[in-house]
Amino acid sequence: MNEIYLDNNATTKVDEAVFEEMRPYFCELYGNPSSMHFFGGQVQKKVDEARSRVAALLGAAPEEIIFTACGTESDNAAIRSAIEAFPEKRHIITTRVEHPAVLTLCRNLTKKGYRVTELGVDGEGRLDLEELKRVIDDDTAIVSVMYANNETGVVFPIEEIGAIVKERGALFHTDAVQAVGKIPLDMAASTVDMLSLSGHKLHAPKGIGALYLRRGVPFRPFLVGGHQEKNRRAGTEATSSIIALGKACELAAQYMEEENTRVKALRDRLERELMALIPNARINGGSAPRLPNTLSIAFEFVEGELILLYLSEKVICASSGSACTSGSLEPSHVLRAMGVPFTCAHGSIRFSLSRFTTDEEIDTVIRELPPIIRRGREMSPFGREFLASAG
Amino acid sequence: MWDYTDKVKEHFLNPRNVGDIQDADAIGEVGSLACGDALKLFLKLDDKKERIVDAKFQTFGCGSAIASSSALTEMIKGKTLDEALGITNQEIADFLGGLPEEKMHCSVMGQEALEVAIAKYRGHAVPSHSHDHLHDEQEGEIVCKCFGLTDGFLRKVIAQNRLHTAEQVTHFTKAGGACGGCIPKIKELIAEVLGEQVEEARKKPEKLTNLRKMQLIQDVLEKEIRPQLWADGGDLELVDIDGPKVQIAFRKACAGCVSSGYTAKFVEQKLRDLVSSDITVEEVEG
Repeated sequence: MNEIYLDNNATTKVDEAVFEEMRPYFCELYGNPSSMHFFGGQVQKKVDEARSRVAALLGAAPEEIIFTACGTESDNAAIRSAIEAFPEKRHIITTRVEHPAVLTLCRNLTKKGYRVTELGVDGEGRLDLEELKRVIDDDTAIVSVMYANNETGVVFPIEEIGAIVKERGALFHTDAVQAVGKIPLDMAASTVDMLSLSGHKLHAPKGIGALYLRRGVPFRPFLVGGHQEKNRRAGTEATSSIIALGKACELAAQYMEEENTRVKALRDRLERELMALIPNARINGGSAPRLPNTLSIAFEFVEGELILLYLSEKVICASSGSACTSGSLEPSHVLRAMGVPFTCAHGSIRFSLSRFTTDEEIDTVIRELPPIIRRGREMSPFGREFLASAG
Repeated sequence: MWDYTDKVKEHFLNPRNVGDIQDADAIGEVGSLACGDALKLFLKLDDKKERIVDAKFQTFGCGSAIASSSALTEMIKGKTLDEALGITNQEIADFLGGLPEEKMHCSVMGQEALEVAIAKYRGHAVPSHSHDHLHDEQEGEIVCKCFGLTDGFLRKVIAQNRLHTAEQVTHFTKAGGACGGCIPKIKELIAEVLGEQVEEARKKPEKLTNLRKMQLIQDVLEKEIRPQLWADGGDLELVDIDGPKVQIAFRKACAGCVSSGYTAKFVEQKLRDLVSSDITVEEVEG
């Protein structure tokens, strides 16, 4: 099946070059990097190389990279470390539009006596930095703000936020799972103390992530046990996955310009043509700075899961902020935080492209989606009223 | 991805009876844009105004909502109004080869629209449950403010589908699925409805045989008590029944919980209320 995969913010295809890089480290070069023999030692060298490659993509030093199992682990490790390192501080600041990996943890921490402030966003998904200035105080242990939103692609002004955070002496963490590999980052010139990334969002396999930890920032490990990762993350290294992540980061640097030119142009064309062809649609976060690959578009009077199921019949894979796709009954917390009108909150679709996306695939979506929306509206009592009034 | 049956897929890809009937005898509308699903049902009756000769629908909603609407219209054609009213949401789901539990509210919405249409046609009060913020004529107390659902409607769905947990009630009706503020009230409703059912069962035998008593104790533990403990992450196990003495062991969050003594008392009171007043409950290691 030649699927048209436009759900790259959910997960990505493992690049074949990445797969080739990791392949020998299962059945042949399976040594433990900690072992005192040549067989483990050669794997250690490849793990070191991978660490340097990840660091290079972030503009960081290799020893500032800690390998983890996933983005969620990196997020949990960062926030838990901050509050353990500063036990006297009892306040955490985050945003209403974070990924559940951060939001659920913070909300759970309120039950343990922490004060959590969730910063709101405006209708375009933008933060109000004045609100941050008002709520941050000497009791704030950590500020955790995502680099870019997974649903809308809206990019937050991380360095402006970091400047405010540093002034008050709090730690600054960013969940950059959606940003790494899509936009250039330079930790050497950044205010970020800790940054989370996930392999499977940038063409590495699932089950590998990393936490950037700025040199000198206090750290309390999330997993304790062996001495791996300089005592910062115990557990035998997932060598093949680490090596894969290193290769994926190297490739991401090479494709960065293409992501921000060719891929962005495809996204912009998809957005422009869908908006021209389909009445009563709106772009979520359209006026805010956004990732080059993400389009969140809402259609009035039609429900998102139905759109996805009809797209799926045309082998087009996308995602939805609708309630019905998640098993929850409300539209996504991100769209609600943005105050997306209820007439279209249930009909939001996310297309997320990658460097593997082609012109022809975008042509297909532009051809197939308008009749699907029209069909959904014809079935819907509200859509019929709308179509009748539109003539 | 939802595990939809082939029949569900077939019905949302090729829904039957989409549209409207210009001279419809009865129209039923439930749901709203804000709720995320809505159904408008049109019925055409025969000349004697007894049988449904045609049915059409318009639905705003997900795949299973479209499929449930399509199934409903197929099922009611040719039926008398009373026969149609006898259709349960479970029968709609069964017609489709089953629905994921999280999607059962789609089948309930179909049944609701049908009831509203027929009630309006007959000039009866619109059933109190119509989950529509725009309807003023609701009766009963609103339990779920987010989706506008009344206690009467929830009681009916709980009883018909023998729902034991608040989560199930959410899956079948959406109640409690947004802000979650009404979940304690939903738990009370479950306890009341299932309590009534157990009580009915209890009243039948004049004097309980030992076997019947044991069955009833197990029934109350399974349907009444354990679901409430699950809601708080706890559980219990029945270890032994010796005459009126019931031995239980706490599990999960209840095991070692400082208030397990209160929980044991609560279990005892429930069993006394619903089975027999001489029951004593003892917590044992096991």
